[in-house]
Amino acid sequence: MSATHQITAGFMPLFDSAVLVAAGEMGFAAREGIELTLHRETSWANIRDRIAIGHFDLAHMLGPMPLACNLGLTPLASETIVPFSLGLGGNCVTVSNAVWTGMAAHGAVPDLDPARTGKALGALIRERAAAGRDPLRFAVVHPHSGHNYELRYWLAACGIDPTQAIEIVIVPPPFMADALAAGRIDGYCVGEPWNSASAAAGTGRIVTVKALLWRNSPEKVIGVRKAWAEQNPEALAALLRALHHSARWCQDPANHGELAAVMAQPGFLGLPPAVQMPVLTGHLDLGGGAEKTIDDFFLPFDKAANFPWKSHALWFYTQMVRWGHVAHTPENLAIARDCYRPDLYRSALKPLGVALPGANSKVEGALKVATPVGSAGASLVLGPDGFFDGQIFDPDEIDAYIAGQKSARTEA
Amino acid sequence: MAAPIPHCTIPPHRQNTVMVRSSLAVLVIDENRIRASIIEAGLREAGHERVTVIHDVTGIARRIAEIEPDVIVIDLENPNRDMLENMFQLSRAVKRPIAMFVDRSDQASIEAAVDAGVSAYVVDGLRQERVKPILDMAVSRFNAFSRMARELEEARSELKSRKVIDRAKGILMKSRGLSEEAAYALLRKTAMNQNRKISDIAQSLVTAAGLLGPAEDE
Repeated sequence: MSATHQITAGFMPLFDSAVLVAAGEMGFAAREGIELTLHRETSWANIRDRIAIGHFDLAHMLGPMPLACNLGLTPLASETIVPFSLGLGGNCVTVSNAVWTGMAAHGAVPDLDPARTGKALGALIRERAAAGRDPLRFAVVHPHSGHNYELRYWLAACGIDPTQAIEIVIVPPPFMADALAAGRIDGYCVGEPWNSASAAAGTGRIVTVKALLWRNSPEKVIGVRKAWAEQNPEALAALLRALHHSARWCQDPANHGELAAVMAQPGFLGLPPAVQMPVLTGHLDLGGGAEKTIDDFFLPFDKAANFPWKSHALWFYTQMVRWGHVAHTPENLAIARDCYRPDLYRSALKPLGVALPGANSKVEGALKVATPVGSAGASLVLGPDGFFDGQIFDPDEIDAYIAGQKSARTEA
Repeated sequence: MAAPIPHCTIPPHRQNTVMVRSSLAVLVIDENRIRASIIEAGLREAGHERVTVIHDVTGIARRIAEIEPDVIVIDLENPNRDMLENMFQLSRAVKRPIAMFVDRSDQASIEAAVDAGVSAYVVDGLRQERVKPILDMAVSRFNAFSRMARELEEARSELKSRKVIDRAKGILMKSRGLSEEAAYALLRKTAMNQNRKISDIAQSLVTAAGLLGPAEDE
């Protein structure tokens, strides 16, 4: 079959590139008439640069990254839109054994409960400060990342000011476990398998997970150069359908063995299938002999995981404002509002007759349990989407939310 | 002409010394030692004497504070680019803000650099005409290095092919009593008939001979 569309995409060797990788490797792209060329990259900066100069039409990106590009926060940028989300959840927070021992002395138990472990970490941090010791150093993968914002959200909600009480540095995901083992950092927030890596090596403990900090929350997305999307609407729609079929395939446990084998190839993730199982099953080895299974740990498809909710983008925007990455102005808010494009997702998938959310935004934190919702076509289940501290994010009340989180910060 | 140094007045009798000292401090971060030294040599030939090369980014914040570079050249393969960019923007170790090398309108320069696999960062406010030659030099040396690496790879695989062809010839000479010339002619004819490379045919023969038993005496 000769391809109608040629598409070039970049990705980072992380498990959550699976939907994009499988779209190419399992033939979903070819079935939509797409010749999909995938390029493995070594940094998010490279992805950004290669999108900007046209090497890539689109790429696997951190959820807040396209916002950062459009808001002018990056050295090089092209206007980037998000018509597809690559999944929900998947990250953990891991600390060194020494930090865990300190936390355990303040009441932490290996149950991943963010409120409990956060409280213990706060007590440890205050104890260290009183003793005149250096602040703990935590690593995240990128300043404009879900990891950075969820780590900060967790700490702030537990009374720890992440701008004062700890130091936050950037470390590439594959180096996290080594940096922790070598004592260069005391903890980190990263996607799998880089948390399980420390637990398995006996050099770290997983203390909480993204799926408990904010249930069913956004992580990686497909970022598309806006100019390309406007010039190639049919190619983009075909790709979104291919990604949809790929995501459904990735979600099905019957395919997990095959998916892990594909991702294990050196050109993709390049790690043995066994290492990938925790992210697929949600069954985590926390270190120190403790284990726990987390519902909806990582969802590549279920719970409308691929729908690019504007409320997800707007929450990232509120965190960029909160931590001083961008000023809250009507212009910036409009840029953030226009970045994620549920309209493109909906129009591409409508011909398939699949379940589609009727709204572009939702009130994040409102669904306490999994809830079937009214949608076009077949039935759809959303959520739960609660924040661990019980906060609600209503994208229609963004000013109040931003004002409220400022006061939370000063109280911390 | 060198750009004037901001925030300091220089007495006329000292201006010569200052002119020399105002040459740009360049930091090259590249894990590939050969390529780094090629860049370094190029910079020195171009009259840049204050060149520092770093292969390992451990503890780099302190090094940057010591070196106070005006220009930083980084290879795009370096997985630490995200860490470095963040440090340039935020770290207290970097006293002067550092931005990406080109003004955004200079699309051709950006493309040439990314194509070559290199990126550069400069102290904000440094004039474009002072930085451009450094970037151009880095781009051309990166390209030269890639070409060299490609040629080396080709030479290696050429050598490997020749070895495997020699072994296949040996097998044919021994098992079929052919002369070296006839053995090679047979390999070449088979390759042409099957529309494959001689080295591929030779490899198949060597593999098959290995499977078929103790024919080879090596």
